[in-house]
Amino acid sequence: MTRNTGFHQRVAAAVADHRLRTAVRKATWQKVEAREGSLACLRNSGELRELAARIRQHTLARLPDYLEQFARNACARGAVIHFAPDAATACQTVVELARYYGSKLAVKVKSMTTEEIGLNAVLEAVGVQVVETDLGEFVVQIDRDRPSHIVTPIIHKDRRQIAEAISRRLGCEYTEDPVGLTRIIRRHLREIFRRCDLGISGVNFAVAETGTICICTNEGNGRMCTTRPRVHVAIMGIEKVVPRLCDLVVFLKLLSRSSTGQPLGSYTSLIAGPKRPGDPDGPEHLHIILLDNGRSAVLASPFAEVLCCVRCGACLNACPVYRAIGGHAYNSVYPGPIGSVLMPLLDSSGKHADLPGASSLCGACRVACPVDIDIPGLLIRLRAAQRRGQSWLKRTMMRLWGVTMRSDPTYRLGQRLLKRLLPDEGDGWTVRGLCPLARWTSARDLLRPPLKSFRQLWQEGQV
Amino acid sequence: MKVALFATCLTDTFFPRVGQAVVRLLRRCGCTVEFPAAQTCCGQPAFNSGFLEHAAALARRMIRVFERYETIVSPSASCVSMVRHHFPELLAAEPRWCRQAQRLADRTYEFATFAIGRLGLDPAACLKFTEPVTFHYPCHARGIYGAADLQRWLAANPSNEVRIPQHPDCCCGFGGIFAVDYPEISGAMLEDKLDVLVATGARLVICNEAGCALQMLGGARRRSLPLRFKHLAECLAEGLGVLEPVA
Repeated sequence: MTRNTGFHQRVAAAVADHRLRTAVRKATWQKVEAREGSLACLRNSGELRELAARIRQHTLARLPDYLEQFARNACARGAVIHFAPDAATACQTVVELARYYGSKLAVKVKSMTTEEIGLNAVLEAVGVQVVETDLGEFVVQIDRDRPSHIVTPIIHKDRRQIAEAISRRLGCEYTEDPVGLTRIIRRHLREIFRRCDLGISGVNFAVAETGTICICTNEGNGRMCTTRPRVHVAIMGIEKVVPRLCDLVVFLKLLSRSSTGQPLGSYTSLIAGPKRPGDPDGPEHLHIILLDNGRSAVLASPFAEVLCCVRCGACLNACPVYRAIGGHAYNSVYPGPIGSVLMPLLDSSGKHADLPGASSLCGACRVACPVDIDIPGLLIRLRAAQRRGQSWLKRTMMRLWGVTMRSDPTYRLGQRLLKRLLPDEGDGWTVRGLCPLARWTSARDLLRPPLKSFRQLWQEGQV
Repeated sequence: MKVALFATCLTDTFFPRVGQAVVRLLRRCGCTVEFPAAQTCCGQPAFNSGFLEHAAALARRMIRVFERYETIVSPSASCVSMVRHHFPELLAAEPRWCRQAQRLADRTYEFATFAIGRLGLDPAACLKFTEPVTFHYPCHARGIYGAADLQRWLAANPSNEVRIPQHPDCCCGFGGIFAVDYPEISGAMLEDKLDVLVATGARLVICNEAGCALQMLGGARRRSLPLRFKHLAECLAEGLGVLEPVA
């Protein structure tokens, strides 16, 4: 897939790729069913969801206070706090830390925030080798691919493609057996873990009350990365903070259920400070980078609600658009419904201008969201904010349509014109419409309006 | 009871038979039905595209057209949800209009929930299918009726064979202007949806939304699939003998 072609071209390529669509369709439905099943086991999932949304909104409304509290408490436990206003500063901070500690081999826990700032490339450029240790991210890295989902990065690959990538890149014997493949990667990573000297992670939640960071993983690699190297650098978006430990429980109950359908991920790590005297393991140094990168501006905008997101990926799995085109077509770090809101807000270059429009507004994302973010509503408001950027043709058509609908004589005229515009190709169908109906008929036939509209039948007493 | 029909622009233009079915059913239930001829569109296409002032102008127009009526019924849950949920929000900055929008919202009903829930129309008595049926649940019916309700109505008569499609509430890809702005995506979603419907083995699909019907009918014809689509109102009216059955 090429990176710099337009959105429509990427979509057309994705839609034509049946292997991709089959893989994504299968995996996303599986996750939707798993989420629904595991939430149904909770006695009060609806109330929990409401509570989670309220906690997120409360926290965002007092974000500076909670961040300060978090920083104070984390410092008291021996962590060093850095603040990064943008991606470049965050990367530079990690580079300097690597230099300071003389790190040469970094191991990483899966983290979308580090994807957002493009950390791997920056570290590699200064001679620090970076190894992704999440199984999916590992495959992405060795195959020089990009993650296409925020939780399951290789959702776009089927089993054969994964097996091919591993045997080709690691030079091992070809097997499609998941257990066999996992063993191969495990063996490979053991050696890396033995030699690594820097651990890099994201943060799922940061508890203000205690200065604790929480990392949720499934493969055990998270604990290896955060305990084995002598330095641990954690990078978190400033919105990740929760007020108290007891609030964290609400999110832990919802996160894995929404994400993978598990009651709880296999490993939930609560990290408060570096290794203390007498601790059997843990890093000697813990650095936490608080990343803004556009978030403060979003917080001050009418779109602040999007910062409630806990990155569970449920909206991606539920979204029929994501299911039809996969994650790469979005060409954005965060794909899917939440990405279509977040990306144009975080990056105002216009690169993501197509995303808010590319939704049928079906609302499946909102139903799936564990913190009840009104994603369709946010998309509509983004569309409104982007209007000036839309084509002259679209704005004119919209205005024309608006005028037509504002009185019933013009409306009736419009109905008659529509019939004229649609060439009858037999049986009351149009197969090739004129512009802009050509866009409709590019994907399906168009029913011609019957001879008489309802209002004509009504007037003629035929109702 | 006096009821005003809000036919919606798509039903008026493309599916007049659905309008006929609704009117005849309401009459059969003892209602006097009026059709305010000044009605046009609820403004949803403008609203969804972010052209909020066009949408607000049409919302005000809708309020004026229907202000005389105590009960307004529409065959489209999507347009009803526009009136119910988005009109008050759209006119929030104008307190007088906003109050009126709320009043309209409170008096506007989706046809099936109104006829079955309010007027006591019994789907078990008047829904008889001579072949297996399946159904599509329109996304914008959320908050008005659920996929389970639709399924329950269709299966109320035990002799009906209802084939439940996989994920009946999955979007068909219509989405209004989205369908012409992003035909590749909309078309792919449509393809997935039709595959699921075909897999049920049923040929008759109950679809209560003119937009979804336009999309799925067009897709089925393009692919020469043997699917037919009907609004629940048409089936109910046929069952009660107030509408000539069609195949």
